[in-house]
Amino acid sequence: MALSRRAALKGLAAAGMAVAGVRPAQAVTLPVRQTDALGLLYDATLCIGCKTCMVACNEANSLPADTSGSPAKLYHKPIDLSEKAKTVIKLYAQDGEQAFVKAQCLHCVDPACTSACMLGALKKREFGIVTYDPDLCVGCRYCEVACPFNVPKFEWSSAAPKIVKCELCRERLAAGKEPACTEVCPRHAVIFGKRTDLLDEAHRRLHDTPDRYVPKVYGETDAGGTQVLYLSHVPFEKVGFPALGDEPAPSLARSIQHGIYRGFIAPLALYAALGAVIYRNRRADDNPR
Amino acid sequence: MPSSRREFVRLCTLAAASIGLGPLAAQRFVEAAGKGLRPSVIWLQFQECTGCTESLLRTAHPAVDDLIFDLISLDYHETLFAAAGHQAEAALKQAMRTNAGKYVCVVEGAIPTKENGIYCMIGGRTALDIVQEVGGQAGAVIALGSCASWGGIPSADPNPTGAVGAHDVLKGKTVVNIPGCPANPYNFLGTVLQYATYGTLPALDAEGRPKFAYGQTIHEHCPRRAHFDAGRFAEKYGDEGHRSGYCLYKLGCKGPVTYANCSVQHFGDVDGAWPIGLGHPCFGCTEQKIAFRVPLHTTVEIRRPVPPDTYAPIHAPQGGVSPVATAVGGAIVGALAGAGFVASRKLSADVPPQDGSGGPPVSPPPEV
Repeated sequence: MALSRRAALKGLAAAGMAVAGVRPAQAVTLPVRQTDALGLLYDATLCIGCKTCMVACNEANSLPADTSGSPAKLYHKPIDLSEKAKTVIKLYAQDGEQAFVKAQCLHCVDPACTSACMLGALKKREFGIVTYDPDLCVGCRYCEVACPFNVPKFEWSSAAPKIVKCELCRERLAAGKEPACTEVCPRHAVIFGKRTDLLDEAHRRLHDTPDRYVPKVYGETDAGGTQVLYLSHVPFEKVGFPALGDEPAPSLARSIQHGIYRGFIAPLALYAALGAVIYRNRRADDNPR
Repeated sequence: MPSSRREFVRLCTLAAASIGLGPLAAQRFVEAAGKGLRPSVIWLQFQECTGCTESLLRTAHPAVDDLIFDLISLDYHETLFAAAGHQAEAALKQAMRTNAGKYVCVVEGAIPTKENGIYCMIGGRTALDIVQEVGGQAGAVIALGSCASWGGIPSADPNPTGAVGAHDVLKGKTVVNIPGCPANPYNFLGTVLQYATYGTLPALDAEGRPKFAYGQTIHEHCPRRAHFDAGRFAEKYGDEGHRSGYCLYKLGCKGPVTYANCSVQHFGDVDGAWPIGLGHPCFGCTEQKIAFRVPLHTTVEIRRPVPPDTYAPIHAPQGGVSPVATAVGGAIVGALAGAGFVASRKLSADVPPQDGSGGPPVSPPPEV
């Protein structure tokens, strides 16, 4: 039997009231270009590859040595970022070109990991630092997949695994100290400061010594901007920084997801249609012929 | 013996410099010696090989004659004594009486404790008895060498004489341990001269060793460290790497776990005169848990590994999947798919056709 127009409207109104108490997903207000955002500026032309930052990082974060690249377990030799290495100095050497790169979390202005994190274990907190709260983490490792720079690492070796990534030494910042890597760098190849100041400094270097650099500050706009900025004399694609465009990495997924729920119209329409079908079928079952 | 004041000041400056003290300390040495304040030193020798004394005899900054005639007053030392027998024992008694509570007692060699210490007796008395009497009344006790520090070679398994170090016998007394086989004489001189000049003892670590000498591992200042960082090792004695002066870790060097300053303060005033300098791995003589316990050519664990002189690639190599793993995985997935297909066929065949209408089989309506 056909569903009357009156009944259908009544159902819709009830559904509308039920969802009225639930706020629809809010549009994300991005902390873009916030003036208090802190970050690092790494200059590949200054780095001499001494790896002091790797040692200092592990000491500051109480991480054990990663001997995965050393069969005899003689060295702290991670082959990439790992649960025991929040920063790694990598070497690009090809075709007569050579450059060191400091791999670590770039603390994106609009990070993919926090967007993918379902419970907010990874979250941008004060100073724009992408921080990790293990109490909220369920270990889904979506952040590992989401990060365009392959940064978050999962403690596969642990029975109670956590995610490990650079948190810009936030305990040291709270104690009034700078991050361990910038403190020990003997050539100030990596420096610490406000993102705005670091950008100014990067542009000053590009302006003063243009022959020294590829004319670009990686992280100024890439992937929506990052708080860890890079200068290099070798094209960034070669040293492991993909060309990601200026859109934040999570923007596409976010626009789809938020589009679906905009004004809660699509879900309501879907539930109404489903309700109508069920109602109709049950009426048909209750009154056979 | 120095003939002039000028020469004496020069000697004191050398002594101060060789143990890392400044010219001010040298001035203090001169003043202290000028006032006749040479500390009385009583040197006891028990279960030992006299290697530590021999090592001290071969220093030149200051030379041992300068040391014992001008800087300290060596009142009892069996090897260097002119006297013997009852005369020597009388000298010991005399020195103890005169300088009670002020003299420095140096112990060289382990002290046997089994069966009341009968395994080492001097002048009819056991070592245990002597060290308790002499050490107990001393102003400072210095255990020189690994044997005096914790037992050393005499205490190696099965330790038949129950040999122990001086601090095990002199409970409650501060004993400065200067381990080493032999002990580095400069670490001894530094300690004695600090006591002679300032009346204090150096800061000690948990093992009772002066921090100025035993604060860092051999590995940290090893002249071959660059080879370790670059992964260049001598694989066996006399091979290409060994002759090129490569790192001796793989030959069993205990440098990474041995706290001592041998790598910067060589022996006998000869540059390079220390085990690693001569092409032999460190055997950890200053570490109770290593020397005479861990076999010579057993490699040790690196406690705080640091990065080598190599770099990670920009893109980390991805782990591959072996053909066997692929085959096993494929077989499991195939078996599951097949089982599922067969099961669904069986289940659908089990449902009786409804009122023979011949239509497609449907599942019965759920019970509410």
